[in-house]
Amino acid sequence: MKNILQMLEASEKRFPDKTAFSDGETEFSYARLTRSAKGVGTALARLGAGFPFPVPVIAPRSAAQVVGMLGALYGGGFYTVIDPDSPEERVRDIFDTLQPVTAVCSREFLPLARRLLPGKELISLEEASDGEIDEGLLSGIRSRMIDADPAYVLFTSGSTGKPKGAVLTHRNVLAYADWVANAFAIDENTVFGNQAPLSFSMSVLDVYTSLLCGATVRIIPKKLFSFPVELFGYLNDNGVNTIYWVPSALCIVANCSLFEYARIDGVKKVLFAGEVMPVKQLNYWMDSMPKGTLFANLFGPTETTDICSYYIVDRRFDDAGSLPIGRNCDNTALSVITAQGREAAPGEEGELYVRGAIVGAGYYRDPERTAESFVPDPLDPYCPQTVYRTGDLVKYNDRGELLFISRIDNQIKHMGYRIEPGEIEASVGALPGVRAVCCVYDSVKDEIVLVYEGARRADEKSVEKLSAARLPGYMLPQRFIKVPSLPRTGSGKTDRTRIAAEYAGGNNNG
Amino acid sequence: MDDLTEIKSILDTLKPGTVISGGADLIKSRVLDSFTIVRLVAALEDEFDVEITPVDITEENFRSADAIKAMIDRLRDE
Repeated sequence: MKNILQMLEASEKRFPDKTAFSDGETEFSYARLTRSAKGVGTALARLGAGFPFPVPVIAPRSAAQVVGMLGALYGGGFYTVIDPDSPEERVRDIFDTLQPVTAVCSREFLPLARRLLPGKELISLEEASDGEIDEGLLSGIRSRMIDADPAYVLFTSGSTGKPKGAVLTHRNVLAYADWVANAFAIDENTVFGNQAPLSFSMSVLDVYTSLLCGATVRIIPKKLFSFPVELFGYLNDNGVNTIYWVPSALCIVANCSLFEYARIDGVKKVLFAGEVMPVKQLNYWMDSMPKGTLFANLFGPTETTDICSYYIVDRRFDDAGSLPIGRNCDNTALSVITAQGREAAPGEEGELYVRGAIVGAGYYRDPERTAESFVPDPLDPYCPQTVYRTGDLVKYNDRGELLFISRIDNQIKHMGYRIEPGEIEASVGALPGVRAVCCVYDSVKDEIVLVYEGARRADEKSVEKLSAARLPGYMLPQRFIKVPSLPRTGSGKTDRTRIAAEYAGGNNNG
Repeated sequence: MDDLTEIKSILDTLKPGTVISGGADLIKSRVLDSFTIVRLVAALEDEFDVEITPVDITEENFRSADAIKAMIDRLRDE
């Protein structure tokens, strides 16, 4: 295969009437999904916007977003899913980079799109889905497409605040979906309970592995994460058997001891990624779910499609321990490279570099930042090969598993020591009554700041006292700040940048 | 302060600037998202000295300040 749409079309042939995507309100069978996406594609292709061209998709969290995404590809474009909850200013930044000549919008977002793209012709998602299909036009476009064409641009927050648009190709997505399906035995019987917003890289797993295998994605309405018992009810009612969530979402369940009040019947696979999974909450899940449930820690950046390494949990960890990120995905090569530019010895720390079919093309309209991160392989000066520098500090343990240490940017240098915030978080996070932690560093005051959520008994004094008994003196935070809840990002992860800004004067640099 | 005023004032601390009438829909208006609910539950447990379990955290019980008050009254009676 060389095009994402071939996955859709092959599954449509096998399972035309089967549900591909649903969101609690609307269902798209494979046949309807294909038909609607072709309608959107025809409307886009008739604009004659050239090839390939950027197509922002603006719609509320729904199955219809997928129609917009696939429609953009049919029409000869590549898509960017706009998070409907993001502030207009951020959408403007994204549009500045993309400079789109059109957008696919659901009815309620047409006014926003008109403000952002004055005078441009916009495609109504609802109307185009039911609109005419010009098969000749669409197959003409397809015949020109190659697997290195961009499929989507996904924006991540850059350290400067200006979002970076990672470009991922058809080839990247095909390689990734193939790996996921093999690694986790995904097939047509899989029903995903999707948590990740479609504007976030983790959703690529749910969406495209499903298209490849003819599986089903049940998009979980966001508000159900507010009502945990109803969340479990939704999973049960919809026959969900596989979930791939951010740890913060899994922790909502663990922190309210949900399994004492409700059950889930069918979930057999629990995958997670996006941030560090605290072991205490993982142990709660593992103790509460039937034996034989698969738990896997996935790791990787948006720039490598979603994931580059993974670890299937095969043993029990101490509450204060940390999970490995394991080993390379299929057809993916990982190297650990020291600050001196040589390969790290076993156990030695270094930056993770990734090479392989999942490595994206670079950043859209940003040759400078592309050149910083997508570099020639420092270990092979003779054969020209691009590797992606993740900016993640890692090392191998004595079992040959990779361990994530921290973002290189987040590493704290304090009292002459190099300190990993993750190590402090794992230790304090395991204390009784502590629900969520985030460790930041105030470089102006040279203070480690520990911000946490906890039960009433976990007050600042007692948490500090218990931490002092576990952590070496130089790692003991100078400030413990208990908050009702840690701020989260749009995708549900702990918002480290905002926490640093609020509690460490924004000086979160080592 | 009566209970309803207290609930409204807690809501106002969590989401400043939202003027909330007793019956206003907190879910549809997106005053309450999943992380605000966690904070709200903790604040209500502290203020009214009740235990709010996941079974109580339903859309029905949190739809409005009035609904929250009704839930608190019920939990106190238990």
